[in-house]
Amino acid sequence: MSETPLLKVSSLSKFYGSRIGCQNVTFELWPGEVLAVVGESGSGKTTLLNCLATRLAPSAGSVEYRMRDGQFRDLYRMSEAERRFLMRTDWGFVHQNPADGLRMTVSAGANVGERLMAVGDRHYGKIRATATDWLGRVEIAEDRIDDQPRAFSGGMRQRLQIARNLVTSPRLVFMDEPTGGLDVSVQARLLDLLRGLVNDLGLAAIVVTHDLAVARLLSHRIMVMKDGHIVETGLTDRVLDDPQAPYTQLLVSSILQV
Amino acid sequence: MTELATYNFAYLDEQTKRMIRRAILKAIAIPGYQVPFASREMPMPYGWGTGGVQVTAAVIGPDDTLKVIDQGADDTTNAVSIRAFFQKTANVRVTTKTTEATIIQTRHRIPEAALQAGQTLVYQVPIPEPLRFLEPRETETRKMHALEEYGLMHVKLYEDIARHGHIATTYAYPVKVEGRYVMDPSPTPKFDNPKMHNSPALQLFGAGREKRIYAIPPYTEVVSLDFEDHPFEIQTFSQPCALCGAKGSYLDEVILDDKGGSMFVCSDTDFCEDRQAEGQLSANPAEAAE
Repeated sequence: MSETPLLKVSSLSKFYGSRIGCQNVTFELWPGEVLAVVGESGSGKTTLLNCLATRLAPSAGSVEYRMRDGQFRDLYRMSEAERRFLMRTDWGFVHQNPADGLRMTVSAGANVGERLMAVGDRHYGKIRATATDWLGRVEIAEDRIDDQPRAFSGGMRQRLQIARNLVTSPRLVFMDEPTGGLDVSVQARLLDLLRGLVNDLGLAAIVVTHDLAVARLLSHRIMVMKDGHIVETGLTDRVLDDPQAPYTQLLVSSILQV
Repeated sequence: MTELATYNFAYLDEQTKRMIRRAILKAIAIPGYQVPFASREMPMPYGWGTGGVQVTAAVIGPDDTLKVIDQGADDTTNAVSIRAFFQKTANVRVTTKTTEATIIQTRHRIPEAALQAGQTLVYQVPIPEPLRFLEPRETETRKMHALEEYGLMHVKLYEDIARHGHIATTYAYPVKVEGRYVMDPSPTPKFDNPKMHNSPALQLFGAGREKRIYAIPPYTEVVSLDFEDHPFEIQTFSQPCALCGAKGSYLDEVILDDKGGSMFVCSDTDFCEDRQAEGQLSANPAEAAE
């Protein structure tokens, strides 16, 4: 891991009127690190993620990102064009519902190729070869490249969404409940795949999940949220094995044992 | 004609024409950019050229000569009624000759005869937004134009090649104007796209229902989008026009009987008639006689 963080978040807050979305969130994310944000529904996980990924303007605080040239830039002081360019090149966003992150009416190949074309790739053969390669890496058969995602199962759609995001080799990926709505065996395969990709590519990721098992498998570090505040943060194994905050203890002890 | 007679000339009132002219000027200043305008109700249904008629009414003067074509032809319903409309409301000279016209209102074609400086081509546009069928949100497409995010346009061409093995878009083929805005050239066949490039004529586009005007000023770069390994190509025809023998003009298929008989003739009737008058008849007069 490098000496300087990739993302610096300080006193980030988002209010919906008088209601709190998230308040006073401060943390840093290093390159290659996977950070899980856990908590019950309504705890502000997704609000926080959207504020970080510039999908929702925060009420206060700042988010600084280290660009490829090594300079830190405040995301909310960049122009919209720069932010959107960042989002489709250096970042990825994996939605819980693949339909939100995919173009359902164009083929799998075009879905993967869209980002390449957006950054100026104009050679059909090369775009298609890259798309084929990425479909292979997320374990989608090559002969499905011209099928629309509508014809794919939930697990395949999620894998396609991941391929679509990773094709421009981003450095940071945001994931909102990436395994939500998938059955356990498909979940296991997806987690395995994600873990492999994150390791191989040295990705940094922020994963929002309510599933502590997902956090345990994927993440290095964990942040526990409750009512918009961070109640505990630390290495994943430490937090899950030896929870300090009362709420974390409750959360960990609520896991159903099979 | 006196000053007074040109007041409220050509159907629209002066304030409306002023508003449309301002939109046209802005459109010319930003080639390919869709300028919103307060489109008026016209005495014809949407889809029949309300946008084109408003643009023509805003730019036409008593000294103009108007030509109206529909799919290249001067004698189809849409062309005949719009021509009659301006004869009645503006009392301007009308013509079917491309070379004699100062304003040509068109639906779906650019005349075969090369346009000259000083001529204005007015297109009737049903859907001005080239990104519409890929991105349904207007707020999003405007942002994409503003930020020059046109990757999506190539997604459509990619889909064409993936499905058909070649770029199967044959009309409303997207173009990039002056290296900036991606524009829908209205449903003209892509055969006509190269004619838009560096044309000496002024090209104005009016979409009445969608309330947009856009323009290509004379001598403007217009490039059809494509892939490096699948370059832009226009349609070609295996046979010449059955009436005038023209090669390299855009042909329409005309059904002759209910036994599968058909012939291909120039879609530009003025061009075809000129050639026939010059005595350039088809190599197969028997077929032409049908």
